[in-house]
Amino acid sequence: MNNTLFEVKDLEVNYGLIQAVKGISFKIDKGSIVSLIGANGAGKTTTLHALSGLLKHKGQIYFEDKDITHLSSDKKVSLGIVQVPERRRIFANLTVIENLEMGAYLRRDKEEIKKDLDKVFTSFPRLKERKEQLGGTLSGGEQQMLAIARALMSKPKLLLLDEPSMGLSPLLVKEIFNIILDINNKEGVTVLLVEQNAKMALSISDHAYALENGKIVTSGSGKELLNSEDIKKAYLGG
Amino acid sequence: MNLFTQQIVNGLSLGAIYALIALGYTMVYGICKLINFAHGDIIMVGSYIAYVLLANGISLPVSIIASVVGCVIVGVLIEKIAYKPLRDTSRISLLITAIGISYLLQNLCQLIMGVNPLTFPSIINIESLNFFGVTITGNMLVTLIISIILMIVIDLLVKKTKIGKAMRAVSEDREAASLMGININSIISITFAIGSALAAIAGILWAANYPQLKPTMGSLPGIKAFIAAVFGGIGIVPGAVLGGFLLGLVETMTKAYISTQFSDGIVFFILIVMLIFKPNGILGKNEKEKV
Repeated sequence: MNNTLFEVKDLEVNYGLIQAVKGISFKIDKGSIVSLIGANGAGKTTTLHALSGLLKHKGQIYFEDKDITHLSSDKKVSLGIVQVPERRRIFANLTVIENLEMGAYLRRDKEEIKKDLDKVFTSFPRLKERKEQLGGTLSGGEQQMLAIARALMSKPKLLLLDEPSMGLSPLLVKEIFNIILDINNKEGVTVLLVEQNAKMALSISDHAYALENGKIVTSGSGKELLNSEDIKKAYLGG
Repeated sequence: MNLFTQQIVNGLSLGAIYALIALGYTMVYGICKLINFAHGDIIMVGSYIAYVLLANGISLPVSIIASVVGCVIVGVLIEKIAYKPLRDTSRISLLITAIGISYLLQNLCQLIMGVNPLTFPSIINIESLNFFGVTITGNMLVTLIISIILMIVIDLLVKKTKIGKAMRAVSEDREAASLMGININSIISITFAIGSALAAIAGILWAANYPQLKPTMGSLPGIKAFIAAVFGGIGIVPGAVLGGFLLGLVETMTKAYISTQFSDGIVFFILIVMLIFKPNGILGKNEKEKV
């Protein structure tokens, strides 16, 4: 049985003359957590932006066996491919509730949206306390939760998470990763995780790819990579 | 005292029109970071359309609706044809294009309608009201009522509706908004459509108050409304309303008490002074430029 949800073939992204992503290919199985690890500047965020339709690129992208290479970002969202961008990018001048409503922008099922809003507030009680507050007034951890919750409001099938641990305390990082695990386990959402915090990412990943200078240099299960000497040296601090 | 009160009423009525035009400037700026200098000329398009229809015996409501529809089409087309291809280039190219479009509209109008001024028919035939020596003409009253209703409608639209929230999201972070599935192109078109519809109404109200039509009639009220938008804080919807009323008041007061000839100069001077002390406008946040 074909269990592939998402497939990327020979993805290349150029910024002018500089090639940031040099022909990478990978697959994501339905229901799995896949991570893309790598240092700053390896091309991780560029890859995600290309996948979301924000950047021009070469190569093909398949989702549920359909070629979605040339779809615009809003069309991709409507298929269920939703990104939680780097640095959260929540709307600072919109309230928490309005931010969540924007997540549900393409949905027309008002009753279901209401239910999902309640669900989000049950999973993120701190967001409920602050629902009338402007997004910009939240703390970093709360903003990350809001960014994830906002993406969940769109009912994603594939969640693309860009550096969710960035700028958060170790305790909060743990909390965020538990949330990601929950989303994957309980909601059945497939996750593509881009992280500099390789240890955390690998520990929850079914499969992982290491990206270096725009190329995939290693891949394997999360466990394999965690125990690989090369990966330890390069990303896990020896 | 009566003169003073009278000037306040005059100023508010003039300011209401500025506010309507300023709303278009500020909303487009908020979404596209573009000073749409062709916006003033949409006023001209609106009043000319209404004039032609009225002159051909078409009823007032139909003429108004047609003028609004016409301006919406012109406004949206300008964005699609002239601004959209330049969206990712420098803001200066956009600005120059906007100025070019402004002249294009004026020249097209000259070509089609001729250079001679036309006289707009009197469309508001309500008797003046008199309160303790202060006269409120029918024109002023209708201008104020219609403008205030439209301002409330726009305020509710931006604050409460899904489209309005999406507009605010796009104005804050276009990329993040498109990651939410918001179609940026359609939000931009909607913004231009709303701005142009307001300009059409403003154009008809302007022509009702100052019935001389000429191809360049939109440029001065356009520039002043732009100042009003900057006054209030460009990109901020309530700022445009506040700026519009303030500008109307300042202009009528200078005309009444200082000088009729210099009133425009004084208005521009106030803008300069204001920008020195509050570069982001009255309601604008004083954000430091991020390096």
